[in-house]
Amino acid sequence: MKKYVIFGFSCLVLIVGFVFATSYYKGQQAKKFGFLAQENASIFIRDHSPMLGSDDARVYIVEFMDPACETCAAFSPFVKQMMAANPGKIKLVLRYAPFHDGADYFVKILEAAKKQGKYWETLDVMYKSQPYWASHHNPQPQKIWQFLPMAGLDLERIKQDMNDPAIAKLIEQDLADAKTLQVQKTPGFFANGKPLQNFGYQQLQELVYSELSANYSN
Amino acid sequence: MSQTDRMATTNWTILFLCWLLASISTLGSLFFSQVVGFAPCVLCWYQRIFLFPLVILLAVGLFPLDKNIVKYALPLAIAGWLTALYHNLLYSGIIPESIQPCSKGVSCTEKYIDLFDFITIPMLSLLAFSTIIALLILLKRRITQ
Repeated sequence: MKKYVIFGFSCLVLIVGFVFATSYYKGQQAKKFGFLAQENASIFIRDHSPMLGSDDARVYIVEFMDPACETCAAFSPFVKQMMAANPGKIKLVLRYAPFHDGADYFVKILEAAKKQGKYWETLDVMYKSQPYWASHHNPQPQKIWQFLPMAGLDLERIKQDMNDPAIAKLIEQDLADAKTLQVQKTPGFFANGKPLQNFGYQQLQELVYSELSANYSN
Repeated sequence: MSQTDRMATTNWTILFLCWLLASISTLGSLFFSQVVGFAPCVLCWYQRIFLFPLVILLAVGLFPLDKNIVKYALPLAIAGWLTALYHNLLYSGIIPESIQPCSKGVSCTEKYIDLFDFITIPMLSLLAFSTIIALLILLKRRITQ
């Protein structure tokens, strides 16, 4: 009889433990990425994804971008303004969708710059100098190099690091995720997992602010 | 309590621990796949095939204590252990990845958890099967004594 009790009790403990662990884990996940369906979390944010902003932020802007895309460059200061206006509440996650021919070249430079801790500076320089090297009629990727020292980069190291096959792999991963999320144009924005359905500054701001008020209601 | 009673109780406890370990491992593997969302690779599936039946089999053998249980449970545990061993060798790179049988779908060498450079999911599997085998052999020896 006692054996049945021990066995039954163990079953109960195991099941309760499993249920508890499940709800605990989901709670933690929900806290971390409250916005995402559990199984989709990694599609939006990969371990390699560069992020800007506080870890405690409750609004995540995921942007699929292309360094050679003019509209991405145009949106960059706009997003940063929103972040500055809501300090600590917004986190920006960049994903790569280098749809322009040869744009992965610039992603490689960016990722190499990350190794020198100059990621965001380099991105800024790239966006600002973009008209000089990314003309649609006459793209001249080599011209980027004259601007890179402005970000304080060691160019020799960049030339070495940018050919790391890991970078090509992460671009592949991002492109695959972009496909899954049906991002066909850049920049592709998501705020807390919700896609920006109508494109525009105003619409992006509305989307982000609706998430801000939903997550910071008190 | 007589000597034989005490022996029987200890044997039961050993089998019970075996069952407990199999159950914890099963729930753990289900936790990784169903809750955390790690897709099990082919090798993981083979190990699960050998692990999951143990939960039922060992539980049945507990009531009343079946002296033949080792005969049925040990082959499963050994098959699971061999698969786990192979998986660990792949994982740690001792067997090159190119000869792995599972190139499609989820890679068997993709690392999901890696605590302290040692505790990986295949390692947990190997440890669980090893302990189950050790307990079963111990039980077998005590029964045939």
